[in-house]
Amino acid sequence: MQYKSQAVAKPYFVAAIGLFVGQIVFGLIMGLQYVVGDFLFPALPFNVARMVHTNLLIVWLLFGFMGAAYYMVPEESETELYSPKLAIGLFWIFLVAGALTILGYLFVPYATLAEMTGNDILATMGREFLEQPLLTKIGIVIVALGFLFNISMTMLKGRKTAISMVLLLGLWGLAIFFLFSFYNPHNLVKDKYYWWWVVHLWVEGVWELILGALLAFVLIKVTGVDREVIEKWLYVIITLTLVTGIIGTGHHYYWIGAPEYWQWWGSVFSALEPIPFFAMTVFAFNMVNRRRREHPNKAAVLWALGTGVMAFLGAGVWGFLHTLAPVNYYTHGSQITAAHGHMAFYGAYVMVVLTLISYAMPILRGRAANSPRAQVLEMWSFWLMTIAMVFITLFLTAAGILQVWLQRISTAPLSFMATQDQISLFYWLREISGVIFLIGLVIYLISFFVKGESRVGAQ
Amino acid sequence: MSGTFTKSMARNIFYGGTVFFFLLFLALTYDTNQALPKRDNSQNLTPEVIAGKKIWETRNCIGCHTLLGEGAYFAPELGNVYVRRGPDFIKAWIQAQPTGAPGRRQMPQFHLSDKELDDLVAFLKYASEINTANWPPNIEG
Repeated sequence: MQYKSQAVAKPYFVAAIGLFVGQIVFGLIMGLQYVVGDFLFPALPFNVARMVHTNLLIVWLLFGFMGAAYYMVPEESETELYSPKLAIGLFWIFLVAGALTILGYLFVPYATLAEMTGNDILATMGREFLEQPLLTKIGIVIVALGFLFNISMTMLKGRKTAISMVLLLGLWGLAIFFLFSFYNPHNLVKDKYYWWWVVHLWVEGVWELILGALLAFVLIKVTGVDREVIEKWLYVIITLTLVTGIIGTGHHYYWIGAPEYWQWWGSVFSALEPIPFFAMTVFAFNMVNRRRREHPNKAAVLWALGTGVMAFLGAGVWGFLHTLAPVNYYTHGSQITAAHGHMAFYGAYVMVVLTLISYAMPILRGRAANSPRAQVLEMWSFWLMTIAMVFITLFLTAAGILQVWLQRISTAPLSFMATQDQISLFYWLREISGVIFLIGLVIYLISFFVKGESRVGAQ
Repeated sequence: MSGTFTKSMARNIFYGGTVFFFLLFLALTYDTNQALPKRDNSQNLTPEVIAGKKIWETRNCIGCHTLLGEGAYFAPELGNVYVRRGPDFIKAWIQAQPTGAPGRRQMPQFHLSDKELDDLVAFLKYASEINTANWPPNIEG
């Protein structure tokens, strides 16, 4: 560790991994509810499980991003963090607020939770992914502002690199676009239109800047390739991202009441959205091939390459699959969407956070890399989780194609529930893949506790 | 990438391109807002519809259903349920939950009052009259 204040990243990473486990457990419960409909009902209705599953994902990724920033920015800026105390304080605030929110979802009826937390003052709840009570949303903004203050002040007093500038831009964008979660007009079309300013402009906009910055940082460290080269790539990739992704928001505006020209704007620009992801894959492999050193942390290199490939497949290829308006007319809101969502989130954001953790965690624990035995286990977890996710995606895609055919295309369309019965085989297969994913995750956890001779000399 | 294409050129293209396309997005958003009243059925945003939207939100309906194709994929699309089932069926269905049929997906009982049921139905009627460019492809949603 070059700067001792980088150590504040560690609790963030630990919390991220803990919440990740929770996310997967709830995912498996939901997967089972898809085929055994009354499983855990009424104690845990599907909508509650889903809220926990998706909100945990968002929160643990945010923990991961924040931990990554606390780790990276001192090193990039070549100075200690502005206030390690603030970072630790905000960690506990965020963790407690997050835990209370999840407990609220689980143990308080949602309508009661809304009444208790000021939803009558400003109604923001009950919209997908933005289910958090008003108090939690305000808490998120406060934590984000404190975090951004800390990171920005650190950067201001130190060296300003392209990587830290891009990271900061992404993090500021994340906070700013979250403010649209407080805007919930009565007009459903406007509600949906601006809801996407949080959701799409996060995951297909500013989050990709964070993704690019994290990947670039790790690649510099593990390959030793010249910073000038890597940062130039970074700029090219994020240019492609935002040039295609901002107008690409239009692929969500086809069928929600917005003008129909969005079918053209959305189709053309979002058809180009795979390009930045492809560039990212080429970038990762190119840099590793041109490496000037053999970094002892092979697992981190594997995660970095995996991020490039899986982000391209999940976000790029599976996104393109249903992004053109004439295709989306049939696939909108089907299991195809679910297939894309799973692989894109895993390939892009889960994997990049795990890349950073894989690189940084050994150093935070006082060694350049884990023992070979621990790394082998970590790489097993990489392959198990990644292959399981590929199969989850393939089975959901199969379910989606059948669903679209049976319910929307065939000459004698079936009802929604009749269709679901027809495709339950694929839901079972998805659930089995989910169990494999969980096994991979358990092995991942074990890899942190495997001893063995570690390489000396933390950097 | 060769030496003629420098990092500062890449950076300038990034900032220029981002600003340009974001401004274009804002311009399209402005135009969308101008065009919406012809499509979004906002003339029918009655107090009942507004109250119904709040019930829709505070019961987390989106956690299982889709509305205009957005939401969860566990239960049927409701953007056109008013057309598919009609107001009486919708109210009776909500009141009859959960069915308790073994192994079947279950919907919670929300104990809505008659007024709340009417508001919710008003909201679903309003949603069904938004011009969605003929989506969904058929009545099954």
